[in-house]
Amino acid sequence: MTPALEAEGLVFAYDGRRVLDGVSLRVAPGELVGVIGPNGCGKTTLVRLLSGVLMPHAGTVRLAGRPLAGHRRREIARRLAVLPQDPHLDASFTALEVVLMGRAPHLPPLALPRREDVAISRAVLARLGVAALEGRPLDRLSGGERQRVLLGRALVQEPDVLLLDEPTTHLDLRHQAGIYDVVDAIRRERGTAVVSVLHDVSLAAARCDRLVLLAAGRVAGEGPPAAVLTAEALSAAYGVPVTVGWSPEARAPIVLARGRSGV
Amino acid sequence: MTRMRASYLTRRRLLATVVALLAALLVSIAATSLVGPVHASLRRALGPGGPSTPDYVIIVRTRLPRVLLGAVVGGSLSAAGAALQALLQNPLAEPHLLGVSSGAAVAGMVALIAGADPVSPLVPAAAFAGALGTMALVYLAARAHGRTTPHAILLVGVVCNAIAAAAIMLVNAIASYAQARGVLFWIMGALSTQSYALVALVAVYALAGLGWLVAHAQSLNLFAAGDEGAQQLGVDVEGARRSVFVAASLLVAAAVSVSGMIGFVGLIVPHLLRLVLGPDQRLLLPASFLGGAVFLVWADAAARTALGPAELPVGVVTALVGGPFFVFLLRRRLARTLP
Repeated sequence: MTPALEAEGLVFAYDGRRVLDGVSLRVAPGELVGVIGPNGCGKTTLVRLLSGVLMPHAGTVRLAGRPLAGHRRREIARRLAVLPQDPHLDASFTALEVVLMGRAPHLPPLALPRREDVAISRAVLARLGVAALEGRPLDRLSGGERQRVLLGRALVQEPDVLLLDEPTTHLDLRHQAGIYDVVDAIRRERGTAVVSVLHDVSLAAARCDRLVLLAAGRVAGEGPPAAVLTAEALSAAYGVPVTVGWSPEARAPIVLARGRSGV
Repeated sequence: MTRMRASYLTRRRLLATVVALLAALLVSIAATSLVGPVHASLRRALGPGGPSTPDYVIIVRTRLPRVLLGAVVGGSLSAAGAALQALLQNPLAEPHLLGVSSGAAVAGMVALIAGADPVSPLVPAAAFAGALGTMALVYLAARAHGRTTPHAILLVGVVCNAIAAAAIMLVNAIASYAQARGVLFWIMGALSTQSYALVALVAVYALAGLGWLVAHAQSLNLFAAGDEGAQQLGVDVEGARRSVFVAASLLVAAAVSVSGMIGFVGLIVPHLLRLVLGPDQRLLLPASFLGGAVFLVWADAAARTALGPAELPVGVVTALVGGPFFVFLLRRRLARTLP
């Protein structure tokens, strides 16, 4: 089967400093691949390369088998959506207006949203539990509500590939789980392939089919969570002593950084 | 908070708003044509033998073209302001900030000093050329590796303005007293014409510019998601930015060439309308054009009548009304956002 998204040998440098150095990754339709790694290992750069807002200095990204560089912007936006880490947003737009922006790649440039676009957007807001907030300007929403509205914007793009850059950073436990529950449902229903950058390694272990561990711009480990998340690999990647336990309920590893004081 | 507006833009709301503002503009044009330091009767002007009456000359030959020019200039400045605020993601962006107006002023002044007749079409033509030259200069100077940023455009524009202001002062210092008076026209802004041909020319041009901007309205909305966000939503950011920058600059260039630097229209009208109508550019751009037209038509009526037979430059009226009003808006917003 053609991977929904495939990256091969990606190299990228800022001012001559290599941030990514030969990173390859593939996601099958319906799969959730987690990208983990220490701060500054190139996770966000990887997302920017995968979404085509940065061009790699070497290597290629293929969307449904075709190089990203050969797509027009609108074409990419119809197939690939991004939930950015630090979304930049004019706070005077209402929640529904923000979600409707996700329909833009499906509409002619001059068109107003059609009835169906509004219906799709309202359904997504309802699914994310923020339907009642549709008329509120963004600056009247809490961090968690805003994050769900932005996820809604990505979902109404009806993408084949969804890129999530630390989607749960500002969220409490319940909303962390809620976001990935919705993502799981979309994967099942539409076969959407998902790449998610995660800070929280245990959350990554519990929710992802496969993990890619990045360290110093290279892939330091790849495979099912239990195979990637070993104490040795994590200690080496993060440079801190790490304990890996096991949760029978989640059937996934649980990871704890012990720190240097020797807890 | 009470909801001030609907949660998204429908066709019906767009049409209703545009029709209401268009009606307001037509009423304003008719009403202000009848206002002036000298009384003129519309009945006499349009009655039997009308065209030979002084009333006809005052209303149809003198006031109406000026009122229409005011509408076109106000609409152009205001629509350009709305577009620039979205393009540069900066609420304080306004048409004269890009350096385009100062470029027009310098070139217009040089034409005057070089001996062009102040009422000849040579002066606006030179001003227009100066505006286009400055526009190209700002765009190219703000570009690196084939890309621009809102920040760079804004900074280069501000610097160009400062240089142009110095050039204006320099020319002013070496010019004769009579020539120096022409400088005031550019700095304060003023409306006057008796030529329907000029009005028609600027109007066609302004409507084309507005159409061009409206065609990019959705891209301007998506700029609110930042450059990368807009790209991820399918916008060719660099292409859209160039298009909007050029369209807005051309609108400003035309307006400034015929009226000097009339301030505040491009700042307060889009701001006020955004408060009422929301930030969607598909509505805000046409509404700003019509709202700016209404505003400047009345401001010019005030400029013509406030001091009796003497006339104020309309830029003085817009600044005197607009400045305090803008501070009021700003304070209201501060009070809302600060605890």
